Amino acid sequence: MISLANPTRFLGLVSVVLPWLSALVVILLGTGLYLSFFVAPPDYQQGETVRIMFIHVPAAWLAMFGYTLIAIAALGTLIWRHPLADVAAKTAAPIGATFAFIALVTGSLWGKPMWGTYWVWDARLTSMLVLFLLYLGLIALWQAVEEPGRAGRAAAILALVGAINIPIIKFSVDWWNTLHQPASVFRAGGPTIDPALLTPLFVMAAGFTALFVLLHLIAMRAEILRRRVRALQQTEVARAAMAEA
Amino acid sequence: MFDLGPHASFIVAAYGVTVVAVGALLIATLEDDRKQRRLLTDLERKGIRRRSAAKPPVKQVAPPVKTTAAKPQATRMPAKRKPAKRKPAKSAATKSRARKSPS
Repeated sequence: MISLANPTRFLGLVSVVLPWLSALVVILLGTGLYLSFFVAPPDYQQGETVRIMFIHVPAAWLAMFGYTLIAIAALGTLIWRHPLADVAAKTAAPIGATFAFIALVTGSLWGKPMWGTYWVWDARLTSMLVLFLLYLGLIALWQAVEEPGRAGRAAAILALVGAINIPIIKFSVDWWNTLHQPASVFRAGGPTIDPALLTPLFVMAAGFTALFVLLHLIAMRAEILRRRVRALQQTEVARAAMAEA
Repeated sequence: MFDLGPHASFIVAAYGVTVVAVGALLIATLEDDRKQRRLLTDLERKGIRRRSAAKPPVKQVAPPVKTTAAKPQATRMPAKRKPAKRKPAKSAATKSRARKSPS
């Protein structure tokens, strides 16, 4: 694991892993979509709208996973000052923000036919919106500060402060009386969802996770190359200035 | 085509938004990766390389074969180091004399 912390070795590994991971994403998402639309039965209460769950729930999980990843990477940036930790955090933010956006929109589209409204200021919905806004804040911070090291340290502090929102999202349905349903998959007494619906959900979650990792690896490679390009452009400018002098 | 019931438009819209959002993210990520690679290649073509990539690969060249007998080179022996001077330790008699001497 420590050897992977070397950017050059990391880039070599990424070029090997990417084709296999791309194939895995296609297989998992293809199987998941087939199970979601052709095998999973309609819910006895919600009818066909339960099919929104197969994208809404994995998207929400990955939005939280992405932020947890950023918070762990923030510790790597602040304690060990490792450049790859900052690269990992910075590149996870747009991906996590996209999944948070998908979770919010699909939840809203699921809520209208089931609850009769697109939005309520419910604890779960509001904390998820706060997560999306935190992602946007982090992206803005990284864009605003030009020097990557300074931007990374500032963003790491913000990421760690915002990490308090993750347990709030998870336990909001237990701590407050909400319109959103309580936990029905990862709970003490086991899942309350029928296996006919649970299997497509897990396959779609695996596909979404593989997609997250794939996008993250490509984005990390691009970010490492961007920092190399930046360093070389500075060298070029310095050389030109010396030649003129 | 299967029937998605009375709320088909919500289901289709949810999947549509997901496809568009993920597709846009994938395209943007791949495009950024391609752009950075192109920029790096352009800089390297100009001869600007990273320090670790700047050194050309070392070629193993065989040493030239000498046709004439070379003079034996005098090997330079390392100079003998003189042992460091040590202060002679005071003898027990000296020490006792020093102790006994009136201050």
